[in-house]
Amino acid sequence: MQISGSLNAIGYGLSAIGGGIGVGLVFAAFIQGVARQPEAQRVLQPLAFMGLAFTEALAILGLVFAFVWK
Amino acid sequence: MNALALPTAAAEGGGFQSPTLEDLHLPEIFPWGAEYGSGFGKQMLLVIVAAAVIAWFFVATARKRALVPGKFQFAGEMAYSFARNSMGRDIIGERDFRKFTPIITALFWFILLSNIMGAIPFLQLPTTSHVALPYALAGIVYLYWIYLGFKTHGIGYFKVALMPSGVPWPFYFLVIPIEFVSTFFVRPLTHSLRLFATMLSGHMVIALTGAAMSYMFTGLGQWWGYPIGSLIFIGGIAMALFEVFIQVLQAYVFALLTSVYIQSSIGEAH
Repeated sequence: MQISGSLNAIGYGLSAIGGGIGVGLVFAAFIQGVARQPEAQRVLQPLAFMGLAFTEALAILGLVFAFVWK
Repeated sequence: MNALALPTAAAEGGGFQSPTLEDLHLPEIFPWGAEYGSGFGKQMLLVIVAAAVIAWFFVATARKRALVPGKFQFAGEMAYSFARNSMGRDIIGERDFRKFTPIITALFWFILLSNIMGAIPFLQLPTTSHVALPYALAGIVYLYWIYLGFKTHGIGYFKVALMPSGVPWPFYFLVIPIEFVSTFFVRPLTHSLRLFATMLSGHMVIALTGAAMSYMFTGLGQWWGYPIGSLIFIGGIAMALFEVFIQVLQAYVFALLTSVYIQSSIGEAH
């Protein structure tokens, strides 16, 4: 059997694992915090999205480099 | 650009062509500046339309300045106060968020409109899915917060940005290069690429479902193409709705990070 295609896609898939786990952890903590103290939601929400943005960074670099590095 | 081409899909159907990145380069409307790449096309037109619409909206809603706002003015005030309260005041702080409200509001609504153009029928092109626009916006923000940092702290801004307090001094040999790279290189890069990459990938997913559906209905010529094509159609609608959510979220994240960066350069040493 012969498989053809680009290894970049596999590399991007690997880089997405870390980002996926990280985003899951961020939102798990956010949900736990809100569940324990519902009035803290307004304070926690920007923090959660900030954490999402910072955690995504590596996965996004992976997506871009999958296109850039041939 | 064969990174996005799906080999299995091509192998199964025999004739299926998945959309590539070249499909994002739409034909130019007229060849102004064509020697630098592509000419004046749909992207540029939509950027100008978005800027004009946002400028018109805020100028028109703020024109009357009635004490008791009408519906139109109320919409403008809601748009303004959302960006001011949830991004300006909560992040930058009560003391000096007012100065930075205009840039955050303008960025948020301009990016939101640019993104949501990917979901409006007949426009259907998020202008931020070309990397030039996010680079320009993130570049403006980058220069702005560096300027603010030096204006607030003088040359001591390097100490604020690069030397976190509470670190034993030998570790500074390790921490300062890391902080330098992550603050001055990776930060603007991810700030722009986050917006660009999510918009691009979302647009490609929509294009892929469209191409797959039309192939299943018309190109395949088998009876079982119709049920599978219908399933792809339903999934495509779900992806398009999810994409609207992502578009709003990324505009929010971009403006939120702008205020975080502004706060990190005008705030106290961390």
